[in-house]
Amino acid sequence: MSVFLVRRVLQSLVVILLVTVITFGLLRLIPGNPAIAVLGPSAFRNPASIHQFDVQYGFNRPWYSQYWLWLDHILHLNLGFSWKLNQSVFSLLGTHLPKTIFLVGISTILALLLAVPIGLIQAVRRNKLADHFFNGFSTVFYAMPAFLLGILLIMFFAIKIPIFPPEGPQGEGLGVLFTNFNALVLPIISLTLVEIALFSRYMRSAVLDNLTEDYVRTAKAKGASERRVLVRHVLRNSLIPIATLLGLSLPGIIAGALITEAVFNYPGMGYLFYQAALNQDYPILLGITLVVAVATVVGSLLADVAYAVLDPRVRYVSQ
Amino acid sequence: MSLNSVPPELPDPGNPSATTGLVTAYEVVEPEAAATLAGGLPAGKPRSTFRRGLEVFLENKLAVTGVAIFVFMLLFCFGGPLVYHTDQLRVNFANEFIPPGSAHWLGTDANGFDVLGRLMRAGQISLEVGLAAAALATVVGVLWGAIAGYFGGVVDASLMRLVDAMLSIPTLFLAIVVVSLVTPSKTVLILVIALTSWLTTSRLVRGEALSLRTRDYVQAMRVMGGGSRRAVLRHIAPNAVGTIMVNATFQVADAIALIVALSYLGLGIRPPAQDWGGMLSDGIQYVNDGYWWLIFPAGICIVAVIAAAIFIGEGLRDAVEVRLQRR
Repeated sequence: MSVFLVRRVLQSLVVILLVTVITFGLLRLIPGNPAIAVLGPSAFRNPASIHQFDVQYGFNRPWYSQYWLWLDHILHLNLGFSWKLNQSVFSLLGTHLPKTIFLVGISTILALLLAVPIGLIQAVRRNKLADHFFNGFSTVFYAMPAFLLGILLIMFFAIKIPIFPPEGPQGEGLGVLFTNFNALVLPIISLTLVEIALFSRYMRSAVLDNLTEDYVRTAKAKGASERRVLVRHVLRNSLIPIATLLGLSLPGIIAGALITEAVFNYPGMGYLFYQAALNQDYPILLGITLVVAVATVVGSLLADVAYAVLDPRVRYVSQ
Repeated sequence: MSLNSVPPELPDPGNPSATTGLVTAYEVVEPEAAATLAGGLPAGKPRSTFRRGLEVFLENKLAVTGVAIFVFMLLFCFGGPLVYHTDQLRVNFANEFIPPGSAHWLGTDANGFDVLGRLMRAGQISLEVGLAAAALATVVGVLWGAIAGYFGGVVDASLMRLVDAMLSIPTLFLAIVVVSLVTPSKTVLILVIALTSWLTTSRLVRGEALSLRTRDYVQAMRVMGGGSRRAVLRHIAPNAVGTIMVNATFQVADAIALIVALSYLGLGIRPPAQDWGGMLSDGIQYVNDGYWWLIFPAGICIVAVIAAAIFIGEGLRDAVEVRLQRR
């Protein structure tokens, strides 16, 4: 187990290092001269100021030296500086990231609470009415782009029947999330529905796989009731892939959060990223890309570890 | 193709226990061979696995519906403008926001463009970009994965670590960064989407190549003196085709979803060209005015096409996997 853990952690570190190389490569692909982008077009007439800027920020050094400098900055949690917003990316993340974590956290918990029973019911009632109903439901939300879902929710529940505001809670700090909870309802519903569509399909097939296993027949032969077989045997075993799925679907969930935040003007990390893309604010774009990538790597690492802890067969193999 | 082209390890289709899920895919590659086999054999012989796969696919009502929807949308977008003539070039504010009626079946938008005609033009972009990107992503992914899986060792490790690293950046984020670096045209968007979505295919193909390499029938062929070339071309590639086709279908769904999302965000196709995502992005501005025809038609088209691709993919997967057929 510990060998597996060490190997897996080392592998993740290599991947993270590669991510920094990719991000740095993108950084260097940015068109134009950063000095002119920051100092303004008139800096053309003043080569001395451009030179001074380049020296100050290391742009005159060779690329590997720049990469090293950049890596050193990142290790010191310096993710870059948005000249357009005149704020460091780190402090911007400090105000935006908690809101995204809040939105994603609540939606994911709600989605799991609903998707697990739905998947179970679908598998048990395979090819019956309930299965077809939820299948149609999850396919529609799976095929529907997150932004369309958001638009429809706004159309019906903010404009036609104005129960909820069409925008997420505005304002600084996490406090607005609690004082203005009404505004959170539509973004949360939107992201939750997307996630349910994602999870319930996996849950259904996990349960279906388990239902054909030998241990189910054994349990039934020993006289266990249908309910006991389902809850004690099938459900517990089907939850294992869900733990992995959670870690692996992190990129999808974060992408869903980006769209949801863009549709509802919810001031989280995804919204910050979206605005940065519209304004071509590259330091923010790349800083967030790096943060999201590291989160994904850690997510899949945790998923693998959780899998090894939950499933004894995996532990046996890794020894 | 002659009967000789059918390898000796082709399982007896009448004996399901001898068939594995992967072998079924063999005929998917060489339909002619399978057809010759089925047609050329005396009556009473069991049907070929390709035929059985096709039957499973055709029995799947959702999959057939998916094919029907997809064909309809292709005809609608590419054939529609030949029948239904509209002016999509000149802005006419006198015609703005006309509700659906006999003159304009789906009404007009803020610029006075006929929505039905615009839906066709916009669909051409969404479908072209989606299909081309999915095709390109599949080709790149298959090559990358096959090379990694076939060579193994250091090549495999380094190629796949790069895939891991790129996979850890969510596709949408990577695509947004790249699109903000370059001015997106149709070609650029195809490249960007392909560049960001070949990764899952490469993983799948690598896994397939690794597992196929150690299959008994490949080992047996090697013992009989067959070379690597024969192993790859005759056994590994054909057996992976089923998986690749299923994956390619889902790639189409994902690529269309991605181009539409990018355009909705204002980062995809730029005006005056517009795709379904762009139409929705415009339509949402007038959501307060109740101009539903600016939102629903484009929305329905998007969901229909993506759902159709998913249905087809699932139907293909069931047809390819014998294990599921027997369940």
